[in-house]
Parts: sequence; structure tokens; C-alpha cells
Amino acid sequence: MKTIKVLGPGCTKCKNLEKNVRDAVAGLLGDFEVQKIDSLEEMMKYNILSSPALVIDEKLVATGKVLSVSELMDLLKK
Amino acid sequence: MIKNFADWLIFGLIGLHEGSQLGEALNFFVYDTLKIIVLLFAMTVLMGFVNSYFPVEKVRSFLTQRKWYGADHLLASIFGAATPFCSCSSIPLFIGLLKGGIPLGVTLSFLITSPLVNEVAVAIFIGVFGWKVTLIYAVSGMIVGTLVGFGLGKMRLEAHVEDWVWKTVGKNPIQVAEVGEGTSLSVIDRTPGIFKDALDIIKGILPYLFIGIGLGAAIHGFVPNGFFEAWISPENPFAVPVAVILGVPMYANATGVIPILQALVAKGIPLGTALAFSMAVVGLSLPEATLLRKVMKPRLILLFFGSISVSIVFLGYIFNLVL
Repeated sequence: MKTIKVLGPGCTKCKNLEKNVRDAVAGLLGDFEVQKIDSLEEMMKYNILSSPALVIDEKLVATGKVLSVSELMDLLKK
Repeated sequence: MIKNFADWLIFGLIGLHEGSQLGEALNFFVYDTLKIIVLLFAMTVLMGFVNSYFPVEKVRSFLTQRKWYGADHLLASIFGAATPFCSCSSIPLFIGLLKGGIPLGVTLSFLITSPLVNEVAVAIFIGVFGWKVTLIYAVSGMIVGTLVGFGLGKMRLEAHVEDWVWKTVGKNPIQVAEVGEGTSLSVIDRTPGIFKDALDIIKGILPYLFIGIGLGAAIHGFVPNGFFEAWISPENPFAVPVAVILGVPMYANATGVIPILQALVAKGIPLGTALAFSMAVVGLSLPEATLLRKVMKPRLILLFFGSISVSIVFLGYIFNLVL
């Protein structure tokens, strides 16, 4: 199972990223768990400098940008 | 070219009379909207490239590479201006910079200019006020960032940063943030993403832009010249502080506010007062304060907002004297 965390305190960009992640997961076969992390303390464990950020299986893969559904699908297929 | 198009559309195609109130207002609306959209696109794409090649992670390592003896405040101010601003990034940025070993004062310099001088506000400023005023706005914004950050840094306010922040800063990083698609991407590879981001930004602010330019156009067309001079003249010593106090809590509707301000200036409000107001609106806001409250204790928030506001009031007076 892949655990996907969307880090973001709740701005529009963060919500868009979360939505795209959920859409991407819905279009893929496989076992995914999507978590939205709002806690700043939790977020800062990943050493991000800008939000939203995306963490897949505890690995930081993107910060400060809203990845598109297709970009996310490519990332998640790996 | 855009001017010709606006003339053709309003006076030619729709057939309104040149010089009529409605005609002039609509002409202004079409011309300004198109011009600002073009500028916004150019500016967001430009900053998109800057940011793609020089992301904030690089800024951080650049600032920590050597001792700067105060010049780091100026550098942080410039970098803050060059970084695209998103209010939700303030906190990660604040903690992230501290975590990289950057002093609190320098971090604050960055935090001041990051919203105050941003690509969207600058593009709209160029569109409605022209290059000269925009340059004055941007440079004085960076001066505020440099000086206020420097001053607050000297005050040793570390104890007024929330304790959990220092705990986070002290912890060993879980992993080195090797973010992004590497630096090997070519210009051609980067371009589609940057264009898409630029269009997304513009799409998001378009409604505010329409409202702002619409109201500005209405003011241009229907409010008599010199209408405001009676009560908000450059001689009125309270105009600037009142404008700043009104502007500070207002949230980032900079997109809408700047075109309205330009119309007000055209009708007699002093430019310096309008500039001070826009700095207060763009640079500070109540939501920003509530966000920062999570990392700063009340005293630091007050000092931070207070010293920026006071500097903006000073700038407003200076602008009114020299502009």
C-alpha cells in the first residue's frame, strides 16, 4: 500500500492538490491511502519550505506546486 | 495596439460616443483589463522561470553559505520579493529558513517582502500606475524589508518565537529535501509547467481584477475631477496613517484594490497616500497575522506588524513630499 500525504495548512492550492491526488488515486488500480496533513508541526518534519507539499511513502516528492492529475498518476505508478 | 482595439470595440463596434461617460468608462475597462492581463502573464512567466532555476531551497543555502555582515537582510528582502507569494507558505518558509540557520532578523526581512513585493502586485502596478511608480513601490518595499528585519534582528526577539518552532528547528532533519525534478531540465522542458502555473494564477485573480477595474472605470467615468481633494489632501496629516490603519487588516485583494486606487488618484487622492494604503493592503493582513500567530508570540506579532506599519506611514509622507 502506498501512503500519500498532502501537506498544507488549508489554502486554495493545498485543496487543489488534495483534490487532484484523490482524482488520480481514483483512476489507478492499487492500494492507496491519502492523508491530508494540516498540523504545522507534522508538516515541518518534512523540511518543506513552501506548501502545498506531497509526500509519498514518507518521501518528499514535490513542494510549492499543484501537480496535475496526470503528473500525479505518473508519480504514483512508479 | 491594445488601445486601438479598445477604441475599435467600444467606439466602433458597439458604437458608443467618444467622450460620453459610459463610452469612456467601458473603453477604460477594456483597455486596462487587456493590458493588465498581458502584463500579468509576462510577469508570472518571468518569475516562474526565475523560481524554476533559483528555487527557495537554493536561496536558503546561498544565504547560509557565508557570513554576510548585514547584507543578508538586503539579499533576503530581494529574494523575498522574487519568490512567488502564497500566504499558506509563510509558516513553512519562516521555520524552514530558521532551520537552515538563517538568523531571525534575516528571516523576517524575507517574510516582509515576500507578500509586499510580489509578481502579481507588480504587474498590476505597472499596468495602472506605470513603471516609475512601480519601481518606487518595489524598491521602497525592499527597503522596508531590509530595515525592519535588521531592526527586529537587533532586538533579540528569539524568545518571542513560539517554543515548538525552536524544537522543530533543533531536530535533525528526517531527510534531505531533494525536491523537484532536478536541475537538469532544459528551458523547453520547463516552459509548459511555467505557462500553466502562470495561467492558473491569472485565472484565480481574474474575478477580483474585473471587479477592481470595473469599479475603477466607474469612478473614472462618473466621479467628478478633484472630488476627493476637499477631505483627503496632501496637507491633511492624518490621511496617511488612517489609510495605513485601514489597509493593514484588509486581505490580499490587491488585484482589485490597485485599479480602484489609480482611479481615486486620478480624482485627486494624493499618490503617496494611495501608495501607503496599497502597501498596507498587499503587505499585511489579518489572515496573515492569524497564521503567523502560530509561530510568533503576541509581542513579536505586534512588533512585526507595528514596525512595518510605521515604516509604511513614513514612506507615505515621503512619497507625498517628493512625488
